[in-house]
Amino acid sequence: MWAIALKMLTGDRAKYFALVFGIAFATLLMSQQVSIFIGLMTRTASQVLDVREADVWVMDPRVRYVDEVEALPDEALGRVRSVAGVEWAVPFYKGLAILRTPGGLLNQVSLVGVDDETMIGAPRTWLAGDLAVLREPDAIAFDAQGAAFIWPDVEAVDTIGREAEINDNRVIVRGVVDASAPFITFPIAYMRYSQATAITPPTRNKMSFVLVRAGEGQSPRELAQRIEAETGLQALTRIDFAWRSVTYYLTRTGIPVNFGITIALAVIVGAAITAQTFYLFVVENLKQFGALKAIGATNGQIALMVLLQAAVVGAIGYGLGIGVCALFFQISDDVPALEGFVLRWQVLWGTAAVVGVIIMIASLGSLLKVFRVDPAIVFRG
Amino acid sequence: MNVAVQASNIDMEFGANGVRSQVLFGVDLQIEMGKLTMLVGPSGCGKTTLLSILSGTLTPTRGDVDVMGGRITSMKDRQNVEFRRERIGFIFQQYNLLPALTAAENAGAPLVTAGMKLKDAAERARVVLETLGMGPHVNKLPRQLSGGQQQRVAIARAIVHEPALVVCDEPTAALDADTGRQVMALLKDASADPNRAVLVVTHDNRIYHYADRIIAMEDGRIVGDSANNTLPEGIHVH
Repeated sequence: MWAIALKMLTGDRAKYFALVFGIAFATLLMSQQVSIFIGLMTRTASQVLDVREADVWVMDPRVRYVDEVEALPDEALGRVRSVAGVEWAVPFYKGLAILRTPGGLLNQVSLVGVDDETMIGAPRTWLAGDLAVLREPDAIAFDAQGAAFIWPDVEAVDTIGREAEINDNRVIVRGVVDASAPFITFPIAYMRYSQATAITPPTRNKMSFVLVRAGEGQSPRELAQRIEAETGLQALTRIDFAWRSVTYYLTRTGIPVNFGITIALAVIVGAAITAQTFYLFVVENLKQFGALKAIGATNGQIALMVLLQAAVVGAIGYGLGIGVCALFFQISDDVPALEGFVLRWQVLWGTAAVVGVIIMIASLGSLLKVFRVDPAIVFRG
Repeated sequence: MNVAVQASNIDMEFGANGVRSQVLFGVDLQIEMGKLTMLVGPSGCGKTTLLSILSGTLTPTRGDVDVMGGRITSMKDRQNVEFRRERIGFIFQQYNLLPALTAAENAGAPLVTAGMKLKDAAERARVVLETLGMGPHVNKLPRQLSGGQQQRVAIARAIVHEPALVVCDEPTAALDADTGRQVMALLKDASADPNRAVLVVTHDNRIYHYADRIIAMEDGRIVGDSANNTLPEGIHVH
């Protein structure tokens, strides 16, 4: 009976392709939108996740996410260093600055100041130059996308030696780094902490964060709790702080709602296309099923036929949809707006589950119709 | 006399919610083996309903039907299906072939429902199709066949599993006169088997002469029965 089921399914090419296309479209829409949503949310924490050396981030208690900085007094660094279990603690500057190029163009950049001594906080992958160039006078390094954005006339790696100004202070591009794309798509500029605090407008405090490494055998979470208890500052593990930033954007912006609506629409449209097409496919074949029942096919055999047909179109449609989604992210890997967006395995399985449910509902609805078919239908003209 | 079908006091009503319409009224009937029996009458007289009941695809409101000694009106659904699968062959007015299957695969379908692999069933059906003059067309799809050829495939499907009863609903209605005669000749041959009965519902008076017996119906009742190929006395069917 399975051979007959498959021949019935593929016999009408137009209906068969409509079914496969419907499922592939739904799969693509869901997996692509969910992947972009996850990628976008991950970007909100990318500047935290990129600093792999630090186990704990220490900040003002009022800070809610990574882009909202309330500077700490310099003495906070000493207090953190004095907490038991801290292997090292370094200052970290994060703020916004205006970069003026010789042509007079202004660009807002995300300015990152890394520890002068250890360079902790700087990216580890350099496309041009290396970590040591940040020690040179007036040195600045940009992320590749940022460099290309500010100087679109040349390749990012060819911006070495370009000059610009930040608050009337000369900076010279000495390096180009590979950094994760941030949520706010300003170019990221890296320089030494002392230099960053020197060229930015004077304020009472300037130290944005203290980055902490836990001593050997120390639990980062326990250390963070100890730092909070002993200093009165807010201390979060790297992962907790990353999640804090993600959660902030999830709860305080319209992004999840907008993406949620798009994903829900994808599911509804996909389910409607798939369920309706499959249902119509079965309904249009009712007379054939009726004929099979008349000549001796049981309801069980017919049910297996319908479920097999549903499973086959579901598997092929899902495979095509996921394949196109993967291809999309592969091809768009070089597009700055989509950099770092990938099809995660969780999305792969999650979409499979949703498609499975859609197919199951469609086939169960159709089965009820098939079960009710009176074999005598075949005698009615 | 070897009885293939014995129907007793068959009533059939359709409808629901208090609005019911009776289409068969106390029908009593016997069909014998080795004969081609025709059930004739005007449209709407209940022929097809009676055929559906006799073949076990419809349950009567009242009455009993025995086919080859088995009381199909008392069988459970599963038993009924298995009985139909093994003992009854069907030929429909609109052929009802599966469009995606070849002629041989269509003809072998009853064997597949009984558990045989499609390939093996088609191989066995090929032999039957060849005896019906369909040798060159066994691998064609229904849409590549003429109406007469499709009806031959339907005949092959009806007899491939060697059933004891073959029921045919207006088998020549969609065919031209010549093709209709060829199809009836094949059914006549099939009925020659002493272990098989062929029951044909028709109002095509061009094919009456193929009958061994003609039963006439009108308004849900049997109104005439002749033991030859002529209409019962006083019966006129238009």
